[in-house]
Amino acid sequence: MDEIREAVLEYVIDEYIDEDDDMEVDADTALISSGIVDSFSMVSLKAFLENKYDIRIPDEDATPEAFDTVNSIIQIVEKHSS
Amino acid sequence: MAYSTATRQAFADDIATIKEKGLFKEKRFICSPQAAEIEVEYPEGAACRKVLNFCANNYLGFSSHPEVAKAAHAGLDSRGFGMSSVRFICGTQDIHRELQEKVSAFLGMEDTLLFPSCMDANAGVFEAILGQGDVIIADRLIHASLIDGIRLCSAEYDTFKHMDMKHLRKKLELHQDKRRRLIVTDGVFSMDGDLCPLDEVCDLADEFDTMVLVDDSHASGFIGKTGRGVHEHFGVMDRVDLITTTFGKALGGASGGCVSGRSELVELCRQKARPYLFSNSLSPVIVSATVKVIDLLSSSTELRDKLEANTKRFREGMTEAGLNIRPGVTPIVPVMLYNAKLANDMARDMYAEGIYVIGFFFPVVPEGQARIRVQLSAAHENEHIDKCVAAFKKVGDKYGILGLDKKGIIEQYGT
Repeated sequence: MDEIREAVLEYVIDEYIDEDDDMEVDADTALISSGIVDSFSMVSLKAFLENKYDIRIPDEDATPEAFDTVNSIIQIVEKHSS
Repeated sequence: MAYSTATRQAFADDIATIKEKGLFKEKRFICSPQAAEIEVEYPEGAACRKVLNFCANNYLGFSSHPEVAKAAHAGLDSRGFGMSSVRFICGTQDIHRELQEKVSAFLGMEDTLLFPSCMDANAGVFEAILGQGDVIIADRLIHASLIDGIRLCSAEYDTFKHMDMKHLRKKLELHQDKRRRLIVTDGVFSMDGDLCPLDEVCDLADEFDTMVLVDDSHASGFIGKTGRGVHEHFGVMDRVDLITTTFGKALGGASGGCVSGRSELVELCRQKARPYLFSNSLSPVIVSATVKVIDLLSSSTELRDKLEANTKRFREGMTEAGLNIRPGVTPIVPVMLYNAKLANDMARDMYAEGIYVIGFFFPVVPEGQARIRVQLSAAHENEHIDKCVAAFKKVGDKYGILGLDKKGIIEQYGT
């Protein structure tokens, strides 16, 4: 799980945080509800998870709530990995 | 009864939630033509009062321009009021064709198709030209109507960081396996006033065999040395494949929009774009007036030159007064305040000073980026601009933010 957390966190920082932004992001940081990631841009995160972990996340599971923190994203990955 | 008391209450609760979140849009009524100086009834029921308007998209002052109004009258007299038909049945007049040809010539494009609005153009264009196996790669801050249109299309989509060419390159590399690629961006971003670096976008598009679509709604008519838009500004008029733009801002301000670009792509919109197929086009009144606007802009740069000078005067005045404005060259000037309540309070106090401006905050702009957005017009005179700057200075002084940078304002008010 630590490995997934690290990979997702790294992707989120690289994909959504500007290089000159000194924002601290950890596994519990609110991503969607805080406005760091909007629902339009969330699509790349979903695609990343599906490609990296070879899973399909149905639209009903790809909600802003489910994608709001790295920790909640891990739960989605684990659910669909099994 | 289908609309039961419980149903009514549920909808009333939804409205209450919008109010609780501070997102409720108040009614505001203008009791005069759209112009630099307008009469406003606000709040609803209050007596109308004269204020200077610094929040309209009336960039060139055409909304109540006498020659444009005269052309609208002439259109009404010669072609009537409505068409009572969609374009492809019996809703196309010769003047619709004339306007399309004039817009194509003005924007330097091969062909143009009118839509009831630019929102409709953006809703229809993607589905008409792309499908499964294709990918749309969009700047994250594009206009909401582009996002809606992209979501209506079966092509995959992805996003890149706002105006970040390194990130765009990465996304283009990622999507090289797709059948077709389309980069989508605003020419001028409506909330920040940023100019998209279209020359760099076009270089990347060439390198990765990708088409480019620009929504130039906040640029057509005044950006570029002859006002053709952001593609003129960056010297890439022949390298942009599609432009969507509006007639509801600088180009007359009434309504209507278009898709302009490569002839095959425009033809596909004519055949397949649903907002074009299933809605009436522009009224002859608007078509005639917009033809006049394009004629006026094609014959003189006087108004866009005046707008440029007004923008410079305002930006310099605000900087000198100690307000924290977002740097740039466009007539969209965000006065950065970072705190939503501060933005709202200052906009209210500006109105009391006779200046009509609006505060914007999350979710319209990113969290912690609250601002008052000022929009200049060629209809403004120097005294209007100086009065607006003086009011900002007075109100800014009241809140103790003059001379403060982002850090200073956030230290005082938070985000």
